[in-house]
Amino acid sequence: MTSLDLLGKFLQFATGLLVFAIVVALILFLLDRGAKAERTSLQLGLFLGPALALLGIGLIYPAIRTSFLAFTDRAGEFNGWDNFVWMFTQDQALITLLNTFVWIFLVPIISTTIGLVYAVLIDKSRGEKYFKMLVFMPMAISFVGAGIIWRFMYAYRSANYEQYGLVNQIIVSLGGEPQQILQSWPGNTLALIVVMIWIQTGFAMTVLSAAIKGVPAEQLEAAELDGASAYQRFLQVTIPGIRSSLVVVVTTIMIATLKIFDVVRTMTAGNFNTSVVANEMYTQAFRAGEPGRGAALALILFVMVTPIVVYNVRVLMKQRQIR
Amino acid sequence: MGNSQRRFTTGLGIVGVSVLALTGCVGDMEEQGGDEADCSVYEEYGTFEGAEVSVFGSILDLEADLLNESWADFEECTGISIAYEGTSEFEEQVNVRAQGGNAPDLAFFPQPGLLSALVEQGHVIPAAESVEANADEFWSEDWKTYGTVDGEFYAAPLMASIKGYVWYSPSFFTENGYEAPTTLDEMDELTAQIAADGTTPWCVGFGSGSATGWPGTDWLEDYVLRLHGPEVYDQWVNHEIPFNDPQIVEAMDRVGDIIKNPDYVNGGFGDISTITSTDFGDAGLPILDGECALHHQASFYAGFWPEGTTIAEDGDVYAFLTPQESADGELAVTGGGEFVGAFRESEEITAVQTFLATDTWANNRVSLGGVVSANNGVDPANAEESGQLLVDAIALLQNPDTTFRFDGSDLMPGAVGANSFWSALVDWVSGDDTETVLKRVEDNWN
Repeated sequence: MTSLDLLGKFLQFATGLLVFAIVVALILFLLDRGAKAERTSLQLGLFLGPALALLGIGLIYPAIRTSFLAFTDRAGEFNGWDNFVWMFTQDQALITLLNTFVWIFLVPIISTTIGLVYAVLIDKSRGEKYFKMLVFMPMAISFVGAGIIWRFMYAYRSANYEQYGLVNQIIVSLGGEPQQILQSWPGNTLALIVVMIWIQTGFAMTVLSAAIKGVPAEQLEAAELDGASAYQRFLQVTIPGIRSSLVVVVTTIMIATLKIFDVVRTMTAGNFNTSVVANEMYTQAFRAGEPGRGAALALILFVMVTPIVVYNVRVLMKQRQIR
Repeated sequence: MGNSQRRFTTGLGIVGVSVLALTGCVGDMEEQGGDEADCSVYEEYGTFEGAEVSVFGSILDLEADLLNESWADFEECTGISIAYEGTSEFEEQVNVRAQGGNAPDLAFFPQPGLLSALVEQGHVIPAAESVEANADEFWSEDWKTYGTVDGEFYAAPLMASIKGYVWYSPSFFTENGYEAPTTLDEMDELTAQIAADGTTPWCVGFGSGSATGWPGTDWLEDYVLRLHGPEVYDQWVNHEIPFNDPQIVEAMDRVGDIIKNPDYVNGGFGDISTITSTDFGDAGLPILDGECALHHQASFYAGFWPEGTTIAEDGDVYAFLTPQESADGELAVTGGGEFVGAFRESEEITAVQTFLATDTWANNRVSLGGVVSANNGVDPANAEESGQLLVDAIALLQNPDTTFRFDGSDLMPGAVGANSFWSALVDWVSGDDTETVLKRVEDNWN
């Protein structure tokens, strides 16, 4: 590459940006000049159009193609329900499905509970800001980063060597034998779930803490005057007051958990029976060279996410009606 | 000057400075090149102005630098610049890129099975005549077959490695009066002897990130070939006998006698469970500390010893081939290699593909050290700098009397060879019995 080439590429890029800006400006200008009555529908179309087109290319077309792929074999020939039969008959594939259920059951419940309790405990305390920061920090770390950090936490050396994994060091200093934490099922899946909880608790805590502050003080005072204990007030006043936030938190974490890939990939790569649907999807489609099986797993994942999304939307809509 | 105007001129200034800085760097890059190459060898490929060929492979770090060095003269003389990109996740990424319409020009496939899968999906195109001519001239019929799918030739071999070496420390052997075994039974006896003398005989590591388990497939393949011969090996690899055929069960149990015996593994690491958590690259290193005596790994392990380790019959480490079943049986080895497949057609791509199939390139690369090739035109003496082991390995590959079989897992379909076979070995070492894990692979082979 010569300097001239580079300059050429730079100019090309700059020209591209300029053309884009001019086109957008032109559209806005024309819209503004249109007759008032037409304006709203025309504006709607012009503004939504590009987004809808991109959605079609980026979401709808791939979804349709994946659905077709799920019924084909390695060479792209139609093979009926074979991929789904494989999914529900292979013990390895079954463990993958089972693990995924364990993940979506445990992670949202545990991280929301810990986040909620923590938010209540530190509410209005002196160092609230700092306590919040401590728990929120893992959220800022990428999943891959978190996976690598925790792989070191669980690292194993046999008993006669110095441990460098924190967890095993603790076990050894308490007089125990070091454990191969990531190698035996179902303990290893739980160990991976811990990582996800570690990441998601901060999110639950932040959202719920804000919601708790939104519960009207009058309601709590009234309950106190009526003689409700602190625990009763929490259960009868605070919880109903933050119900919609709770739903959002639980469902958001649930969806994130369903798609969990990075943590499993970096820590065990799905070995030792730790695989989950999203990881298996990638492995089948790209490593095993079975795009059909990968697509079938993707469809299953889609089917599993849908009810959660629908529920989430319904709760949000109901909330809007009340307001 | 208004505020916004000032901002504009500052922006322009920054852009100008960075363009200058960037072009400055590029200018420097142009200067490099070093000594003049002898271009007469490369005349046949023609000259191209500013052509670029992208190459994708699994070769990384130092080895990738050596690759770039090996074709530097070719680039200079023909004007084609070869942009090599290596990744540790080649098997996945080449699929991702091919299916995403973002395929490289050429790829170095370490697995014929993966090559044929991409051929079947219509991504890889047949090799040009000049490439096939080179393959005919420089490689044996067997090697050419690995790059052939359904009778059509797609990819010529690049480099090779011999699997099934057993690495050991010569000084440890002489001190204790051990000798390299000549039969499998002798290897078992040696193992028992070393254990009885108080050293854990073997160190084994199957860890390799998302590919964990593959070193185990090499063990099994070596034993299948040695115990039951090349015919059974071929039937097994081509799925003409079930994956869990009794003969395969027997071979795997024989491997299990060694690596699933807590007295025999895992020197320097701990108990059997450490096999899957030990990275294959680190696995042999305890030999240097006398923590274990033997480590089964391919010729390429020569590159994994720490700097300063001498690899020689009287050095720090050396290797013998996994012995045959009987001492006078014919020499049978397993091995691997890369194959250069093209995703697109153009004159410069063909030129590069043709060049990589020549003895010129193979000699260039072998002289740089660390690798072997099955190319007939390679002078084994060119590997001398890397030690006698690689010289012998090249001679072994070129010897028509050697029964050579390609690494079985690399020939099987990806769902088996790059997935269920690997995880079967992980499960097996973790405690599952032989029949169960082999059955699992058989069920997965559709």
